[in-house]
Amino acid sequence: MNAPVLSPGKPTASLDVERLRADFPILANVHPHGKPLAYLDNGASSQMPQRVIDRLVRYQTHEHANIHRGVHTLSERATAAYEEARHRVQGFLNALSDREIVFTSNVTDAINLVAHGFGRAFIGEGDEIIITHLEHHANIVPWQMLCEEKGAKLRVVPIDDTGTVLMDEYEKLFTPRTKFVSVTHVSNALGTVNPVDEMVRISHAHGVPIMIDGAQAVQHMPVDVQALDCDFYAFTGHKLYGPTGIGVLYGKAEWLERMKPFRGGGDMILSVTFEKTTYNVIPFKFEAGTPPIAQAIALGEAAEYVRGIGLEAIAAHEQALLAYATERVAALPGVRIYGTARHKAAVLSFYLGEVHPHDVGTLLNEDGVAVRTGHHCAQPVMQRFRIPGTVRASFAFYNTFEEADALVDSLRRIQKLFA
Amino acid sequence: MADSKQLYQEVILDHNRKPRNYGALGAPTHRAEGLNPLCGDHIWLSLRVDADRVAEIAFEGESCAICKASASMMTANVKGRPVAEAQALIEEFRGMVTGALDPATQPNHLGRLAVFAGVKDLPSRVKCAVLPWHTLHAAFRQQGTASTEGDQDPADPATH
Ligand SMILES: Cc1ncc(COP(=O)(O)O)c(C=O)c1O
Repeated sequence: MNAPVLSPGKPTASLDVERLRADFPILANVHPHGKPLAYLDNGASSQMPQRVIDRLVRYQTHEHANIHRGVHTLSERATAAYEEARHRVQGFLNALSDREIVFTSNVTDAINLVAHGFGRAFIGEGDEIIITHLEHHANIVPWQMLCEEKGAKLRVVPIDDTGTVLMDEYEKLFTPRTKFVSVTHVSNALGTVNPVDEMVRISHAHGVPIMIDGAQAVQHMPVDVQALDCDFYAFTGHKLYGPTGIGVLYGKAEWLERMKPFRGGGDMILSVTFEKTTYNVIPFKFEAGTPPIAQAIALGEAAEYVRGIGLEAIAAHEQALLAYATERVAALPGVRIYGTARHKAAVLSFYLGEVHPHDVGTLLNEDGVAVRTGHHCAQPVMQRFRIPGTVRASFAFYNTFEEADALVDSLRRIQKLFA
Repeated sequence: MADSKQLYQEVILDHNRKPRNYGALGAPTHRAEGLNPLCGDHIWLSLRVDADRVAEIAFEGESCAICKASASMMTANVKGRPVAEAQALIEEFRGMVTGALDPATQPNHLGRLAVFAGVKDLPSRVKCAVLPWHTLHAAFRQQGTASTEGDQDPADPATH
């Protein structure tokens, strides 16, 4: 009951949160149960600023046509806007060339692309693939399917009780049969930030290429794929303030050139006869069929928007918010926090005493607080901690300390109800 | 808009706190396990059916309050009843939480179970409430397991 009253934390000097909130119409438009919305489910999907919505509208009202084929004005506009989006994403990740940016439909699709394109070409019977215990199902199942098809083995790096990957164990898993590593940058269930620099260094020391699932990272911290030196990096548009239906795969050109195409069809070819098809150059080789043009353009806009605010400033505000929310939630009687790694993104996963997460989620919604409950598509993480799921509050830069307070007040009410 | 306040009423909170008929029977004639893979609700049901009557019934497991209270109230309701009546009650309960039966206006035998009527407005929670009933159905048919997913899903209109 008597949580210590903390100072509500100073608004981060470099981030004018109130002004930024005004960019997101949905935050003011929706009142669940008549309450102001506290949207703390950004890990599942973030909201879209007006500027990105406007970009979608402008495309549909002034630019839409199919790309890469028409000679008419609209097709040229659409193609230019689509390729400009690729260029913006290149800048966002600091990739060497926009040839290294492949548009996919989400991060799941990007991982499947690599599992097929790389896996089918370079992984065989008895080979091994390393992932961690923290992975989202999207970075488990495609590799399991590949292993089944090829007779390869999946090796899993264990985590400790704080949700931190055991780096000694990681290094020990490498054998001459290790052919690929795919690890998450940030755990969606626990918030752990993996030491991906070190993980890349180790895998390269063993001559093994590495992919990083950045679905929970690119919205929280600056990512520079050249500095990181990873071979592949993927993220998903709808968690970076963009639309659904669009994802990004970054791949080093040398790998993309050597990989097999994922899907066959139009756009990914140079010439087709019934005897032989010549594939298009990268990245088009991996973009079969008409892509999500509008979504790609909107994602490019979202990436520019986020760059304009600055990921350092975003990280500073979110870290302050995470520290504040963690301290206040942890002070509630009987609460267990899952994910207490030293380096975390703004994800707070917990269990409220004996109250099941689904009951907590339903009752929080009554107070306008939107969270995710359940296993968060990371069932192995839940099995590791022997829980059916957690309540997960995941923050964005537009969240406020008052929203963290609303979460805590509502949790208190729920505890009273169940007392 | 659904009001979960109405759902989390004292009756339900009380059955969640102090579930009736909690445990496992020593020599059951019927048994079934119920699983809701989406939220992790997992219960076990054991029954002793004697002369076409539910002589004894017990449940145990891990679940949310809605599921636990539903299981608790279900066991209290069907204990001592003829199997045929319990089966009819399963249908009425399923009808109520999927919106097919309005206990306020249509004839039924649900009694206090009508506190679960509000679940129909919380689509993400219908499966929690219905799981014990689905498991009871499986137990009567000696099916062993019940799941809220796939083609066994009682809340899925495709199976109706
Ligand atoms: C770490 C991680 N990987 C992969 C995904 C899958 O994202 P999508 O469904 O957009 O492909 C998610 C999203 O939930 C995630 O958090």
